[in-house]
Amino acid sequence: MLNIHCPNCGVTAEETEFHAHGEAHLTRFGPGASDDDFESYLFMRANPKGVHFERWRHQNGCGKWFHMARCTMTLEIFGTYSAQTTEPPQDILDRIRARRPDWNPHP
Amino acid sequence: MSDPVSALKNASDSTGIVQISEVGPAGMITLRGDLADKALIKAAVAAGGVNLPEQRRINTEGDRGMAWMSPDELLILCPYAEAKDRTADLAAAVAGQFALAVNVSDARVVFELKGPHARDVMAKLAPVDLHPSAFTPGMFRRTRLAQVAAALWMPQEDCFRIVCFRSVAQYVFDLLNVSAMPGSEVNYYG
Repeated sequence: MLNIHCPNCGVTAEETEFHAHGEAHLTRFGPGASDDDFESYLFMRANPKGVHFERWRHQNGCGKWFHMARCTMTLEIFGTYSAQTTEPPQDILDRIRARRPDWNPHP
Repeated sequence: MSDPVSALKNASDSTGIVQISEVGPAGMITLRGDLADKALIKAAVAAGGVNLPEQRRINTEGDRGMAWMSPDELLILCPYAEAKDRTADLAAAVAGQFALAVNVSDARVVFELKGPHARDVMAKLAPVDLHPSAFTPGMFRRTRLAQVAAALWMPQEDCFRIVCFRSVAQYVFDLLNVSAMPGSEVNYYG
């Protein structure tokens, strides 16, 4: 069971109040993009064992979206942050590096 | 104009360890917009008759009140008969802004739990820390009750008010009844 802090309303609650919506920080490809780019945007997802960035929604609470960095193996949560960003903020990255010194974001 | 009918026609049950009743019909207005905007705050305070609540809190005064729903949403409580006019006034006051005022009185239902075991009954249904040191009157929490979304607050000690969608009114009423079954006291909160 994950205990999640919602950065929008400030509630810390267990995961049944939230819903996961898959990988975060995807680059969108729309009309005019190549078939390969569009296919990878639609279907291809990272499935790491370890650090992962995800989109979540506080669906039984304030209803807002946010991002979360967590470890898929240990379920440790490194932090949650605003959804209005295209990459993880530095403080989240610092926290991940402190806990996972050998983490490589682009293997 | 026809008379308003609440979802369960003010059903109540006092056979369990708390008294459960549907409180209605109640006036409810949703206001969405920039909660830092002074004009919007002024309009909300005029419609609600109470001060703007802080994050995750509710201000009430009798039938009136205002609750913080999310970073861009307020719920204004008022007597049912006033909801329509107040919504129109509010909509006029925020016209031209990126804001929305909607009368949701008939879309929702309000329940009240009363009794010394009210915290026990709620805590069985919602994943919320309801210990007296963690949840106090004046706080407002949107969460889930078993399988459906709901919001709850305590007008006073030993009393909860719950807002949920009208379409799940019977489900929530039954849930509360099961959670308040005679002999089901937990007494965790002393």
